[in-house]
Amino acid sequence: MPESGPQAVAEVIPRKEPGLIPWTTQLARLPWWGLILLLLGVALVYAIVTVPNYTDAFYFIAPGLKITLLVSVSAFTIALVVGLVVGLGRISSNPIVYNISTFYVEVVRGIPMIVIIIYVAYVLVPILVSVVHSLGEALQTVPWLANTGRAMAALHITDINMLARAIAGLAFGYGAYEAEVFRAGIQSIEKGQMEAARSLGMSYFQAMRYVILPQAIRVILPPLGNDFIAMLKDSSLISVLAVRDLTQLGKLNRSRTFRTFETWNTVTYLYLSMTILGSMGVKWLERKLKTGV
Amino acid sequence: MYENIIEIRHVHKRFKHVQALVDVSLAVRRGEVLFIFGPSGGGKSTLLRCINRLETVDEGEITVDGIPVTDPHADIDALRAEVGMVFQLFNLFPHLTALQNITLAQEKVRKRSREEAAEIALRLLNRVGLPEKADAYPRQLSGGQKQRVAIARALAMNPKIMLFDEPTSALDPEMIKEVLDVMLDLAREGMTMVVVSHEMGFARAAADRMVFLDAGQVVEVGTPEEIFSSPKEKRTKEFLAHVLY
Repeated sequence: MPESGPQAVAEVIPRKEPGLIPWTTQLARLPWWGLILLLLGVALVYAIVTVPNYTDAFYFIAPGLKITLLVSVSAFTIALVVGLVVGLGRISSNPIVYNISTFYVEVVRGIPMIVIIIYVAYVLVPILVSVVHSLGEALQTVPWLANTGRAMAALHITDINMLARAIAGLAFGYGAYEAEVFRAGIQSIEKGQMEAARSLGMSYFQAMRYVILPQAIRVILPPLGNDFIAMLKDSSLISVLAVRDLTQLGKLNRSRTFRTFETWNTVTYLYLSMTILGSMGVKWLERKLKTGV
Repeated sequence: MYENIIEIRHVHKRFKHVQALVDVSLAVRRGEVLFIFGPSGGGKSTLLRCINRLETVDEGEITVDGIPVTDPHADIDALRAEVGMVFQLFNLFPHLTALQNITLAQEKVRKRSREEAAEIALRLLNRVGLPEKADAYPRQLSGGQKQRVAIARALAMNPKIMLFDEPTSALDPEMIKEVLDVMLDLAREGMTMVVVSHEMGFARAAADRMVFLDAGQVVEVGTPEEIFSSPKEKRTKEFLAHVLY
């Protein structure tokens, strides 16, 4: 607006409107939720150090951190590999590859995570083991494969412990979500990039590896970070397999001591300290990617 | 050696609702500069993109240096390495510097060493007048500079043919000349070029033959002299009357 002159200028200056008490506007802007959270955290640490029931609960539950982190990190790593492969399958021009990938993504995303974990642990893994088992028995009849056959036939369902099945279940479930993240990230890159790379004689996979994925990763990284935090939380579901993670140790501590408050306050505190740190990390990453280009 | 480095025989191409190419037959001789012009949506870009199979044809046959592009079993990657392509929107790789844009395919496709590729890239940057921009990222370059890097990137593969798909259409007017100058140099050196463009000045200066493509059909083929001074077809005359003044 080309309007100028003293009047127009005067209007731009924000009017200072004092509240009932002069400093209230400043106070309203403070991140109170964070301060309260911090205070609660400090109070809980204080309780863990000084109150015997909390100290006891903490020392019983804390080892579950290791299992929760181990499961989350390894399951997420596998889910990333699955996600990349399936995500590429979802944009494949090969109808067989496309349909298998889409079938997996649509089916898995339609099932609650806890059901997936139970299904993988008690249905898919046993099926896989018995397939390996009978394959091994068949191979024993072939002279030069007899040793491999015997080793495969010796595999028993009890050899696959619940920790491994829990990791497999979470990875299987999250692979479908990561596949969609990868697919969307790859498709967000202009078509001309692939055309330019292919015009130079690069193969499809070379173009993916050197041109498309390095660009897509900037788009993908923040959602992947969020999904990792989501998995950290969903890893509590593996307590249905009696894997001794944070949640399972919480359940055990409660039935051992009947101290419900102390137990679940401690469990909640431990999860929150991980997830809040994690989401701060993702926000930092987002800012860095936006400004760094 | 085939005299015609590109042969296009009875090519038909249909998109969902448009007939893009109708029975197109053309031949490009070794060292020739072929200029394709015509109204938007006339099939110029589609035809160009069929030559290195960025588009597949529905019917007909295209051979490049004796290799049938339209054969699904042809080693298309090997063929594309011999055919440079320059795009309207440059399509530089934004995550790589100008130098890396030019070295990437040299290393991965031509299997040149990093040093050799960089040496070639620097020589080409020099040739397109951008020796100081080696370490610049595409976002730091103007449109004309981007397009010159894109030409250098294609030339680094030592192509036998260069395809230009409206290389100056996305440029500000004051940057068109710097790109056309590079193309003119290439033409003088005897590069085989197929150029889709509206730059009639370039056609007059560098084209050996001009092709008028309208509604997916080759309407007229002739030397620039014939086309500009005595076009045979009515549609060619009408089109030229609209673009020349």
